[in-house]
Amino acid sequence: MTDASVAQASPGTGHGHAEHRHLLSVQDLGRSGIEEILRLTDTFVEVSSRAIPKAPALRGKTVVSLFYEDSTRTRLSFETAAKRLSADTMTFSVGTSSVKKGESVRDTVETIDAMGIDAVVVRHGSAGVPWQVAQWLGGRVSVINGGDGWHEHPTQALLDCYTIREHLGGNDTDFTGLRIAIVGDIKHSRVARSDVLAYSALGAEVTLVAPPTLLPPSLVGWPVRVSHDLDDVLGEVDVVGLLRMQQERMGEALVPSLREYTHRYGLTAGRLGRLADKAIVMHPGPMNRGVEISAEAATSARSVILDQVRNGVAVRMAVLYLLVGSGVSLT
Amino acid sequence: MAERERRTTPPYGGVFVPRTRVMSAEDVRRALWRMAHEIAERNHGIDDVALVGLQTGGVELARRLAVNLEEVDGEAPALGTLDVALHRDDIGVRPVLPEAVTDISFDVDGITVVLVDDVLFTGRTIRAALDALHHYGRPRAVQLAVMIDRGHRELPIRPDFVGKNLPTRRDEVVDVNDEGVDLGELIK
Repeated sequence: MTDASVAQASPGTGHGHAEHRHLLSVQDLGRSGIEEILRLTDTFVEVSSRAIPKAPALRGKTVVSLFYEDSTRTRLSFETAAKRLSADTMTFSVGTSSVKKGESVRDTVETIDAMGIDAVVVRHGSAGVPWQVAQWLGGRVSVINGGDGWHEHPTQALLDCYTIREHLGGNDTDFTGLRIAIVGDIKHSRVARSDVLAYSALGAEVTLVAPPTLLPPSLVGWPVRVSHDLDDVLGEVDVVGLLRMQQERMGEALVPSLREYTHRYGLTAGRLGRLADKAIVMHPGPMNRGVEISAEAATSARSVILDQVRNGVAVRMAVLYLLVGSGVSLT
Repeated sequence: MAERERRTTPPYGGVFVPRTRVMSAEDVRRALWRMAHEIAERNHGIDDVALVGLQTGGVELARRLAVNLEEVDGEAPALGTLDVALHRDDIGVRPVLPEAVTDISFDVDGITVVLVDDVLFTGRTIRAALDALHHYGRPRAVQLAVMIDRGHRELPIRPDFVGKNLPTRRDEVVDVNDEGVDLGELIK
């Protein structure tokens, strides 16, 4: 998949190629690709702060959101990003489409492609669908993974990295020495998988905190430490990233009760006070207030949850511009 | 400084080989001194005048003009930088990536903005700069200061303040650097 990496999307790579590039996994990017996107995001944060927060960089391009799962922030964030780059946008949501009449993913994708598009953001409940869409569309259209099953959510990881850099890293994308805890339903979390890949690529030390039932069956090859006791790690981390309890994906009882889960793994007001001085609290949303995060923690000065949302637009502008506009892959 | 010109000049990339030194560092210093006086004269002082250097070649020149203007007029003008990459008209024709974050931390509404760049060539960078600038507000006027006007305009754009008019061939390259200004070629 290295040939799909946007890390190659830098000037001087040549021009006139018809091949589009994709963002399917954080793994495609590598450290240099992540750093390139974070650097470029600074530019789009600035664009977003202008009196008229738009740039004409993707004029005449069409970006489609193809969402087979519900989403608030990812879909709106991508659409805002595309519009701020002056692209045209189309939205597909499964509830109001011909999927209800039995249309397959492939037919849907090919139908949309036939209308003439330049990029498609794919979210699907099954891992690998964005990759499959990229295969079907060949090099004609850039495919961006907007979250696939339990697999990956690369733009979330990129905006998490940008937010951490903003609060703890100064201007530095080297996370060496940073200690990051990811707490909660790791098993069902595509965010956790992408975060682990991105954080460790930048040099951070990642600890997963969850009951054994909410961890993947195997962590072989993951560059992480594992703990089953939140109170044990709380005082020594710089970042606490909480995950939503994904009850819609749980086919069985993985925790005795939500109350017990909160008691042992929730970021309660009491635990909030035991965090290190400069530690920040993150959550990819949507939050279950009172379950994995208390209202106090969500609204405290340590919470950077709304910064994550704000940065998400700029990060997605950077990704869209790199893939569709920067010129490496356009005719 | 010639990096951007190398990229914006077909065939995009190569090694710059200088042939003739057309201005020395001293010549550039004197030209900047004269241009500062001209900016102050044209605008009857520099109240409500701001300098915006274009990334990357215009940034250092704008900073030096601001220092000179402070001596000429007793007050330093507001100073900003602008990266026009996202407003270029050749996105999709060649690789285009922003090189630096734009910094315009003052209100441009109603003031006179002097765009500063090293070399004026086709005028397309300036068109992009005018487009970008209007996303920040509505200046009362926009003026243009360049160290070198090398001709070959492709758009109806002209400079207000010029360090040196330099007739060139299209395939030549002008490089403004610390030692002065060189004319040469790109070797692929």
